[in-house]
Amino acid sequence: MTDEARCVWLYAVVADGAGLPADGATEIGVGVGGGRVRAVHAAGVTAIIEDVGEDEFGEAALRRNLEDLDWLERTARAHHAVIEAMAENGPVVPMRLATVYSGDDPVADMLRQRAGDLREALSRLRGRSEWGVKAYAAAPVKTRPDEHDPATGPGAAYLRRRRTELTSRTNARQDAVAGAQAVHAELSLLSVSARLYPPQAPDLAGQAAPMVLNAAYLVAEERANEFAAAVNDLTGRHRSVRLGLTGPWPPYSFVGGSETSAERR
Amino acid sequence: MTELSPVVADQRIALVDLLDRVLAGGVVIVGDVTLSIADVDLVTVSLRALVTAVSALAGDADER
Repeated sequence: MTDEARCVWLYAVVADGAGLPADGATEIGVGVGGGRVRAVHAAGVTAIIEDVGEDEFGEAALRRNLEDLDWLERTARAHHAVIEAMAENGPVVPMRLATVYSGDDPVADMLRQRAGDLREALSRLRGRSEWGVKAYAAAPVKTRPDEHDPATGPGAAYLRRRRTELTSRTNARQDAVAGAQAVHAELSLLSVSARLYPPQAPDLAGQAAPMVLNAAYLVAEERANEFAAAVNDLTGRHRSVRLGLTGPWPPYSFVGGSETSAERR
Repeated sequence: MTELSPVVADQRIALVDLLDRVLAGGVVIVGDVTLSIADVDLVTVSLRALVTAVSALAGDADER
């Protein structure tokens, strides 16, 4: 890309001094547009950005590209890779995917306008990271294939079996929801704050079982092992759910002001 | 060191987990950006893109 119209992709904001090494590209790697990731400083905070082409990242192009799953996946992974690399140097405030500015000056203006909030967020997030916990309803106990009852015949046996199956599925689901609530309550106690996402559809989650909890927890780094151990322990104690743990994540879920529980210390 | 397996699953991040976060998390800026994803219908972006792709891959998914 040479002299076509440019715009600026914003990844994250970090504290001054926690930004890029002198030659950032070598450490951060390639960004969403295949270019070098660089920094803009203002008001004591640093924005991590990349120059990208209007042809791919301008407003019209973005609207179109966001509907293209391959593009969306590639871009989401590249966005995440840069943010994750930055998170190794210190706290980061990640930006939502596809935050695009017309140039460096508007980015610097934004930093100046929001410097107070950004600095507050950076200090709140220092030494903490995000963990994801998903709970799936455990498979209902399989009903035995009916011993054939000659008195009622196969039709009635089928209906009875079907009813039993539906009941056990409903019960399993209710137990799983209760289990998920207990898991969430316990994990919330080990975390600084928590956020609930809508459960993922079974097809998308790659799991046949319904998801009953899709939560993110902000956990102090020194409690990360304790948190993971708690997830394992809960797995043993709540047979109605299967749990999955992901992380550590950069604190995507704890910078937007929509966390569901109040900050605890 | 705590034993993290078996709850820690595969190493490559699942796209759905990533999209939860990058499309619904992160700081949202409106106003001075050329486009913020907040301007775009999120349901359209994440669900239509994903559902289309998944059903294309998996054929007709079983209904519930």
